[in-house]
Amino acid sequence: MTQVFLGMPAGGLGNLVETEPFPAAAHRELGNTQMRKNLRHATHTIRDKRLRVVGELPDWEQLRDAGSAIKNSAMFNLEERLLEFEKNFTARGGVVHWARDADEANTIVRDLIRETGSTEVVKVKSMATQEIGLNEYLETQGIEAFETDLAELIVQLGHDKPSHILVPAIHKNRTEVRDIFLKEMPDVDPALTDEPAKLAEAARKHLRAKFLSAKVAISGANFALADTGTLGVVESEGNGRMCLTLPETLITVMGIEKVLPHTDDIEVMMQLLPRSSTGERMNPYTSMWTGVTEDDGPQNVHIVLLDNGRSRVLSDSFGRSALNCIRCSACMNVCPVYERTGGHAYGSTYPGPIGAILSPLMTGIEVEKNNSLPYASSLCGACFDACPVKINIPEILVHLRGEDVDSQRDKHKIPTQMDLLMKGGSWVLGKGKNMKLVEKALPLGRLAAGKNKKIKKLPGIAAGWTQSRDIPAPPAQSFRDWWSAEKESK
Amino acid sequence: MRIALFATCIVDAMYPQTAKSTVKILERLGHEVIFPAGQACCGQMHMNSGYMPEALPVVENHVRAFDTDDYDVAVAPSGSCVASVKHQHAFLADRLGKPELKERATAVGKRTYELSQLLVDVLGITNAAEQLGSYFPETITYHPSCHGMRLLKLGDRQLDLLKTVGGITVNELPEADQCCGFGGTFSIKNPDVSSAMLDDKVNNICSTGASACAGGDASCLMHIGGGLSRTGAKPKTLHLADILASTMEETVAL
Amino acid sequence: MSAKDEILGRIRTALADAPQAPEVPRGYRTSSELDEEALIELLVDRLVDYKAGVDVIEESQIPQLVADKLAGASSVVTPQGLNPQWLSALPGTIARHVDAPGDRRSVAELDAISAVVTSSAVSIAESGTIILDGEPDQGRRAISLVPDHHVCIVPVSTVVQLLPEAMPRLTITRPLTWISGPSATSDIELERVEGVHGPRTLDVLLVRGM
Ligand code: SF4
Repeated sequence: MTQVFLGMPAGGLGNLVETEPFPAAAHRELGNTQMRKNLRHATHTIRDKRLRVVGELPDWEQLRDAGSAIKNSAMFNLEERLLEFEKNFTARGGVVHWARDADEANTIVRDLIRETGSTEVVKVKSMATQEIGLNEYLETQGIEAFETDLAELIVQLGHDKPSHILVPAIHKNRTEVRDIFLKEMPDVDPALTDEPAKLAEAARKHLRAKFLSAKVAISGANFALADTGTLGVVESEGNGRMCLTLPETLITVMGIEKVLPHTDDIEVMMQLLPRSSTGERMNPYTSMWTGVTEDDGPQNVHIVLLDNGRSRVLSDSFGRSALNCIRCSACMNVCPVYERTGGHAYGSTYPGPIGAILSPLMTGIEVEKNNSLPYASSLCGACFDACPVKINIPEILVHLRGEDVDSQRDKHKIPTQMDLLMKGGSWVLGKGKNMKLVEKALPLGRLAAGKNKKIKKLPGIAAGWTQSRDIPAPPAQSFRDWWSAEKESK
Repeated sequence: MRIALFATCIVDAMYPQTAKSTVKILERLGHEVIFPAGQACCGQMHMNSGYMPEALPVVENHVRAFDTDDYDVAVAPSGSCVASVKHQHAFLADRLGKPELKERATAVGKRTYELSQLLVDVLGITNAAEQLGSYFPETITYHPSCHGMRLLKLGDRQLDLLKTVGGITVNELPEADQCCGFGGTFSIKNPDVSSAMLDDKVNNICSTGASACAGGDASCLMHIGGGLSRTGAKPKTLHLADILASTMEETVAL
Repeated sequence: MSAKDEILGRIRTALADAPQAPEVPRGYRTSSELDEEALIELLVDRLVDYKAGVDVIEESQIPQLVADKLAGASSVVTPQGLNPQWLSALPGTIARHVDAPGDRRSVAELDAISAVVTSSAVSIAESGTIILDGEPDQGRRAISLVPDHHVCIVPVSTVVQLLPEAMPRLTITRPLTWISGPSATSDIELERVEGVHGPRTLDVLLVRGM
């Protein structure tokens, strides 16, 4: 069982909460047919690509086993690994900051930017800064943050919200992207077509001057090596390289779970990650830096190590492997629920199967409507199969459903329909002879089904079932009864 | 061999034919089938709905009924229930801090097989027509249920058995590996998403021109069948066991 | 209590059940079975797949090939440690810049330069990845980033098949840039298109006997 945990983030959690129950959010999103078409197209494209490049490696399963063990061993010795990282990063001229929660991380970053005198920053896509709502916060502090990743740019220009951890604008198709660019990019060519290559070129032109003049950049990190103090960013477009190389000041915000014990671990992670995320053998660019390198790249280098609920996840022995996540997005790309609802339905920065476990684990199951997230799955297991670090997402979903039910027990005095159903079911299914007794009522169900042998409408919570499905008439006799009549009497 | 049948609650109460078919197939091969009378349910509905304390008596009951020396192997005509017995019972015992239950549940799980697993891996069936006398002169398609495919890694065992049934035509189901949207109480708690998944499954089945969709899990088949029935679509659903039990003399009706 | 102490304290409490760190099973492939020809073929295949230009050449051909690749360029920058021989066939019409310690090209200057020629540290055939590590023949990271055309020399002796084989050849604390094809994005409908912020043209000269 989960231990009593007192490390609840004291301040703001940032963007980790579902504010309306998932079924209601899903209902709304399902009505957006254009979004569903776009998502279906994109997720099916990436599924095929992933399978092809994963299939090329004869040792994929061994890599997954290694990846899973590496992450577990990092998490189980997290304190030592973080201290080791801090020592090495500091020794090479970097500065380490620690942030208990989103609010604290935001103020640290603001103060670091203020020290440089800059009021503008360029950003390379980072889940951690998305999670803490850094851009919104900086805006209130008079600092403008420019997203430089193409999909982030589309979201930012479109005044939209990200719906995917890797491709935040996955819910938009090329024509919609073109329309956003035409409307929101000041210097855009009015004859811009919706060809992806042309759209990419428009983004290049739009951001070029920013990159070349930026004094401060903010990044996330895909990993931190404890044994050397090295940080790595995995990207495609070169916007990462621009941010990590050209400005004078580089501030990285990274969750504490991103630390890897040994340099050699990247030989595993860098095979797992690109194949699982964009379905490429390797992403176009990966940058690694260790503190400050004299005469090459930023000379003022910081990292903010962010907790924001991660230590809470660690305290749940059934849920802690969620911290192994390397944010590849494979689980959402293969998820039949995500494919239909899109990422906005999950409320939090982290959508899809990983979000359905990570958000409630980070905040606690009782925060807002996060308790509806673990039910947003048919438990088909496609996520577990795809996960490069073998996080058993379905099992953690079930575990969190248990946490939810237990937390509700004391709350409502009158049991819900589901409570009654489960209690009754527990009695019936808890003994063969109870079941035998209840099965005597099967003919009644036959009666209810009537002549065409179909039940078309059920009351209460079961109405959801009969909204689009019939139930067949039950048989006249259960198997159990048939067996005692046929086999045991002979 | 002495084989203990775990009928599963849904087959026992709603689809007794499928349990009878399972018995028929195994007896045809010369094995003795027993039905441990105390059995009821694997408990996954409770566990998957988060009702762990309520699941406990159900799981304990199953372990009690099957933790005996009275049989060699146990079989169930359901990938999902077998996956629950093999994996989820130990998980529940762990979660509720019951090491003794965990040990017994794990032992029962090791001896429990899904029907196609038993037929192919233990009993060496490679040709249903020749070895089981299976005959079913219809065009079918096949939906591989998620838990059999992903948790038990059944691969093509069920499909391969179906393909070797006499008189049968098997049309490939587009997007076969996609979940039908059942997911137990998922279909009740998230009816809209579940229905959207079911719609796609129903459309894919209809596109094959088959007169029946076969599968290895009665619950998924009930879900898919309920959707087909509601839309007035022609194809029916049929359990793998019923098709394998069907013979030239006694052909199962659609 | 400082944030650091508090976070580390939370971690200690969270791990009070003292889970045992597993031994990492490293059963994946760590050594190649390919001969040199197969290795070259694999790397070429991967690079071409990601829309990089590739020529497999002898060392003596480098000056000519570099000149060919830079035919349309108006200017080129090279790191100070690059073998000057390699630029010996360049026509005088192409302005040359050298980026050297104490004599750095500014970002604005780099932006006005059309191409860059560098060497490379290690390459991984299986994934089509070329790694630059900032040695004098590769230079600062900025020079291989800002110009729009990158001509990269890859000696065959620096090519391995697998990523684990590349690891012992890397000094991880140097600033590393792993390059797999020209800059690209999959952000629109998850289809890869080449050419965003990094160099839009990548030409690789794979040199035998080096
Ligand atoms: S949970 Fe696994 S599959 Fe999902 S994003 Fe994380 S690492 Fe990838």
